[in-house]
Amino acid sequence: MDLSLSDEQKQLKDAAERFVRDKYTFENRRKIAATERGWLPENWAQFAELGWLGMSFSEEDGGYGGGPIETMIVMEEFGKGLVLEPFLPTVVLGGGMIASAGSKAQKEALLAPMIEGKKQFALAWLERQSRYNLADVSLKATKEGAGWSLSGHKGVVYNAPSADHIIVLARTAGSAREPKGLTLFIVDAKAKGISRRDYPTQDALRASELTFDKVSVGADAVLGKVDEAFPVVEGAVDRAIVALCAEATGCMDAINAATLEYIKTRKQFGVPIGKFQVLQHRMVDCFTNAQEARSMTLMASLKIDDKDPTVRAKAASGAKVQIGKSGKFCGQSAVQMHGGMGVTDELSVSHYFKRLTMIDLMFGNQQHHLTRYSNLAMAA
Amino acid sequence: MDLALKPEHKAFADEVRAFARDNLSPATREKTFSGKHYSRDDHMVWQQALGKKGWLAYTWPKKYGGPGWDVTQRFLFENVLAEEGAPRILPFGPKMVGPVIYTFGTDEQKERFLPGIRSSEVSWCQGYSEPGAGSDLANLRTRAVREGDHYIVNGQKTWTSFAHWGDWIFCLVRTNPDAKPQESISFLLIDMKTPGVTVRPIIMTDGAHHVNDVFLDNVKVPVENLIGKENEGWTCAKFLLANERLGIAEVPASKRGVSVLRQIARSEPQDGRTLADDPAFTAQIADIDLQVQALEMSELRVLSTMAQGGAPGPEVSTLKVRGSEIQQRIAELTMEAVGEYAQPYQPGMLFQDTNETPIGPDHAPPAAPRYFNMRKTSIYGGSTEIQKNIVSKMVLGL
Amino acid sequence: MDLAFTPEEQKFADDVRAFVRANLPADVRDKVKNGKHLIRDDYMRWQQALGKKGWLVYTWPKKHGGPGFTPAQRYIFENICAEEYAPGIIPFGTKMVGPVIYTFGSEEQKAKYLPAIRESTVWWCQGYSEPGSGSDLASLRTKAEKNGDHYIVNGSKTWNTMGHWADWIFCLVRTDPKSKPQEGISFLLIDMKTPGITVKPIIMADGGHEVNEVFFDNVKVPVENLVGKENEGWTCAKFLLANERLGIAAVPQSKRGVEALKDIARAEREDGKPLIENQSFAEKIADLEIQVTALEFTELRVLSQMAHGGQPGPEVSGLKIRGSEIQQRITELTMEAVGEYAAPYLPGLLWQGTNEEPVGPSYAHLAAPRYFNTRKTTIYGGSNEIQKGIISKMVLGL
Ligand SMILES: Cc1cc2nc3c(=O)[nH]c(=O)nc-3n(C[C@H](O)[C@H](O)[C@H](O)COP(=O)(O)OP(=O)(O)OC[C@H]3O[C@@H](n4cnc5c(N)ncnc54)[C@H](O)[C@@H]3O)c2cc1C
Ligand SMILES: Cc1cc2nc3c(=O)[nH]c(=O)nc-3n(C[C@H](O)[C@H](O)[C@H](O)COP(=O)(O)OP(=O)(O)OC[C@H]3O[C@@H](n4cnc5c(N)ncnc54)[C@H](O)[C@@H]3O)c2cc1C
Ligand SMILES: Cc1cc2nc3c(=O)[nH]c(=O)nc-3n(C[C@H](O)[C@H](O)[C@H](O)COP(=O)(O)OP(=O)(O)OC[C@H]3O[C@@H](n4cnc5c(N)ncnc54)[C@H](O)[C@@H]3O)c2cc1C
Repeated sequence: MDLSLSDEQKQLKDAAERFVRDKYTFENRRKIAATERGWLPENWAQFAELGWLGMSFSEEDGGYGGGPIETMIVMEEFGKGLVLEPFLPTVVLGGGMIASAGSKAQKEALLAPMIEGKKQFALAWLERQSRYNLADVSLKATKEGAGWSLSGHKGVVYNAPSADHIIVLARTAGSAREPKGLTLFIVDAKAKGISRRDYPTQDALRASELTFDKVSVGADAVLGKVDEAFPVVEGAVDRAIVALCAEATGCMDAINAATLEYIKTRKQFGVPIGKFQVLQHRMVDCFTNAQEARSMTLMASLKIDDKDPTVRAKAASGAKVQIGKSGKFCGQSAVQMHGGMGVTDELSVSHYFKRLTMIDLMFGNQQHHLTRYSNLAMAA
Repeated sequence: MDLALKPEHKAFADEVRAFARDNLSPATREKTFSGKHYSRDDHMVWQQALGKKGWLAYTWPKKYGGPGWDVTQRFLFENVLAEEGAPRILPFGPKMVGPVIYTFGTDEQKERFLPGIRSSEVSWCQGYSEPGAGSDLANLRTRAVREGDHYIVNGQKTWTSFAHWGDWIFCLVRTNPDAKPQESISFLLIDMKTPGVTVRPIIMTDGAHHVNDVFLDNVKVPVENLIGKENEGWTCAKFLLANERLGIAEVPASKRGVSVLRQIARSEPQDGRTLADDPAFTAQIADIDLQVQALEMSELRVLSTMAQGGAPGPEVSTLKVRGSEIQQRIAELTMEAVGEYAQPYQPGMLFQDTNETPIGPDHAPPAAPRYFNMRKTSIYGGSTEIQKNIVSKMVLGL
Repeated sequence: MDLAFTPEEQKFADDVRAFVRANLPADVRDKVKNGKHLIRDDYMRWQQALGKKGWLVYTWPKKHGGPGFTPAQRYIFENICAEEYAPGIIPFGTKMVGPVIYTFGSEEQKAKYLPAIRESTVWWCQGYSEPGSGSDLASLRTKAEKNGDHYIVNGSKTWNTMGHWADWIFCLVRTDPKSKPQEGISFLLIDMKTPGITVKPIIMADGGHEVNEVFFDNVKVPVENLVGKENEGWTCAKFLLANERLGIAAVPQSKRGVEALKDIARAEREDGKPLIENQSFAEKIADLEIQVTALEFTELRVLSQMAHGGQPGPEVSGLKIRGSEIQQRITELTMEAVGEYAAPYLPGLLWQGTNEEPVGPSYAHLAAPRYFNTRKTTIYGGSNEIQKGIISKMVLGL
């Protein structure tokens, strides 16, 4: 047992820290968020150059042989800078699913260029009625000659406006909410029959509503096995959850640091407000919350590749519960301790607060994952 | 002791409800239930209708043109209006400066200012806070120097809600730089059209423009705009803050919020059923519902003391503390009820009345912005920490 | 980074488990498993077995007779002992005064005291707190005046845990009444059999006797019992408090506590089904389990830092805070699980081990007393408010 970073991992951390420091000052981020795309191609190219797009893939898949710890390190730094580039949908979700379920041909055609920074992905799983249930899918794929025809709706698809390929979770058999009978399709984002409504999210990312009207794809569009996609998606989403937890940990560090600095400098009643014990204790609670978030993220990163699927799922859900709880505490406390400044758009705190809030809502909130964890623990 | 309504009170409630149904525009009502932001017109049209009926200044005594209602009538009025989806009455005129003027002002001032407040022809804003004077209000620096029959005012106010809609601002200014705050602050009414007054927007987390910086640069204010005596403005200020804290509990709006939350839960799908079938979620609604009820009973107890001729004591501070926490919690649960569809951001729909279609269900677009925005309630009107300090000192003697 | 144990670590774990199974007396194991109270002899039999193996002082370095465990071995040792229902090691000798003696004591003192601590032939207790000095420990007033080759000690100590079982007490005493509070304190070892010492029980909320007042009336203590220099006892005191905080998180015990709670929830029935099938109760347990995991990984991160040469800093205060809150939550949920049958109070069964029939299930009568008793964890060893004060100052620089 050893929980320390290797030398290469330390270098990775330094590089990610440097990137955020140089490219993601708060003012810079505001500018990037205001561009039409919502992220910068030159940053993406730099990720490719630094090897971040391939670091967590195996060497035989064209990657550099890292894993969840590498993802954790980079995502944590991204959280500190509120980085907007679509790393999670493209690399963790899209790349992750292709690596775990893709054919050799798909890996060559898609994963290799993704690692070079030339392709981006989006995962379309949610539908209006799904809430957090990954199996609640009604978009239908029906056989059409050798290929398939897709019709239905997908919602809040992160990075759909920039993605080259949409990875669509569709129902090919079974009834509503049945895990069996789901199939993943890799669809060209510009395919005929797809219409898109793009929009920003509360935390300045980009997403879309997608409508599929008889979208035709070949048999080679199927990712993994027909009717057997559920474990692939669940596994990918669990890995994405752990990556999100790392991002949230970075957000918490940053929002706590900003708040600490603020209460040391803001004066009322002739003293820095950090002299008031209620604020001191609340700041300590923020600090403790961030510590716990970091601990659970580390735990989940270490267990997310475990052989036992229950261990993996419990790790992801356990960490997500903690992140929901800690993120809310740190976010709300930071706003409160900033007074009026905390509720303005002007300072970074409100932006971290918004991101932490949205992270809780992604892929199931605190309550959802508490229920999931509890059920998994009961079954074990 | 009796919780039941007398027949005359029932009739009164019916009258208020009929009035609201006749006078509240459906568009405004819809904004209330969906949690969208109101425009200035939404407020003005409604408040002027209330004003015409003589109900806008509903907390005022008869002598000053109020309806002279008893405690039960006030309670019913607030609750029925909330149920009917009326916007809250902007407090700056009728609940803040109005009572200060009729309590501390001269007869001329009463005649000059009260009618415009009662009819909502004139809108007011509150110029208390400054960059260096938030919780520590007494630290304010805006200077008013007497020159003949005018004051020359210089300084900056901040967080001024609706200054961009305001015709007049009531300000705390320093008229004696050397004395203790309690002996050097004055309460001054300033016409926003006076040269030297500049308003600059502050944009909130959710993108809304409600608050402003107000810069005062050699603003000439006639001495007859001084309320009370020079250097005795702190008395008015404290009087007003106590008034502000009572209304700020917003119990009727929270009751409405809980019922809207239940409706949303009934309409949100989950696992082929609705969120209202999820006991973990409904238990959270039940919990906040009970918190609202406890707060309502506490407020009724305070009102009842007042009806017996007592004054609201510092314990009203706890109403503000709990009231703001409850409003925040309702907003939080509402956002959680919406789930993933709380993520799309649609500022046009929220602020500009554009008629784009919502992404997701109708109630989704305001859910997250409202949660962000409601964090303000534990900060403004004296933050939760400050209210607790007040209770600790004044009630517990610590 | 790697969570897995190396083959050597795995082998070590097997050895520890085999040792505990072979050496932990069955009746003691049974008492721990069923949450019963232990008596002095129960602790002694187990600790002496560990002592013989050289594992009692498992945190000590080799050079002072400890086994020189790596952090991973410590973790394994603590967890397996807890899993196998071994009683917690009483810390006063092994984790408190022992390290103080080998860090600050003379060679003679080491030779005299350390062997008996390692073998658990002498029972120690801690004499820090006084009636007037709880959180504000530095204000302590028990006086030690030098008289030839003796100190004459006068004063009283309180909250003395298991002082009625102790052979020796280590005390903070004031040797210089005139200097600053922190500078006039010395660290003194006192034989409990010395004339002039009286021990008086304090009965806790659950009816138990675990703490005492200790009175010193002209107690003669040889000067060679002074550890470190005169008036420099505060250094020893602070050193010891930091040590105390690390162990106090009690993660292995809490893990065991969660398992016991689950057993009870499986045994208790509600609506014809086991309580653990109640979704809302199961989720409370799940939440607790997640809290324990978070604490465990925080502790592992600290241990890993220490393994790489770092020292545990003031942030270990955070472990104490969360650890104590979690211990309390476990007892609270356990009592909730037991429900109405937590009400009967059976002091005979609880304290004297009489063999009266329990009312309700065998674990029921323990639930409420444990809940009441465990409120102590956020108070002793430096209350949680004081721990937050330490972090605020030392870590956050506030
Ligand atoms: C949306 C909004 C609308 C507003 N509208 C108006 C308006 O119309 N007119 C107007 O005059 N003002 C208005 N305000 C200002 C409001 O009254 C102030 O924001 C409030 O008094 C807090 O001051 P501050 O923002 O400077 O925070 P600070 O005073 O800097 O406080 C920062 C933090 O320190 C804490 N703190 C401060 N002192 C203590 C203490 N002694 N003990 C413990 N904790 C302490 C606070 O509780 C807070 O958490 C508005 C504010 C907001 C957010
Ligand atoms: C009597 C009581 C009333 C509550 N009322 C509300 C409410 O109206 N609105 C609401 O949002 N939450 C309320 N809560 C808290 C609520 O149960 C959750 O704890 C809350 O939603 C915060 O969740 P969290 O995950 O952010 O924080 P957690 O990780 O659970 O931590 C919450 C922390 O915030 C502080 N805190 C929160 N609420 C209160 C409070 N009312 N009084 C004192 N300290 C508090 C505490 O210090 C606590 O340690 C109340 C709690 C209590 C004990
Ligand atoms: C079961 C038990 C066993 C114990 N065993 C021993 C033992 O073996 N040997 C020994 O020496 N002592 C022992 N103690 C004593 C323990 O260390 C003290 O109880 C503890 O230090 C608190 O002191 P106090 O009880 O006097 O509380 P006080 O110091 O009077 O504190 C009362 C409350 O005020 C709060 N408070 C105090 N100061 C501050 C501050 N500056 N800021 C914010 N809050 C503050 C505290 O957190 C607490 O909530 C034991 C205590 C208990 C309950």
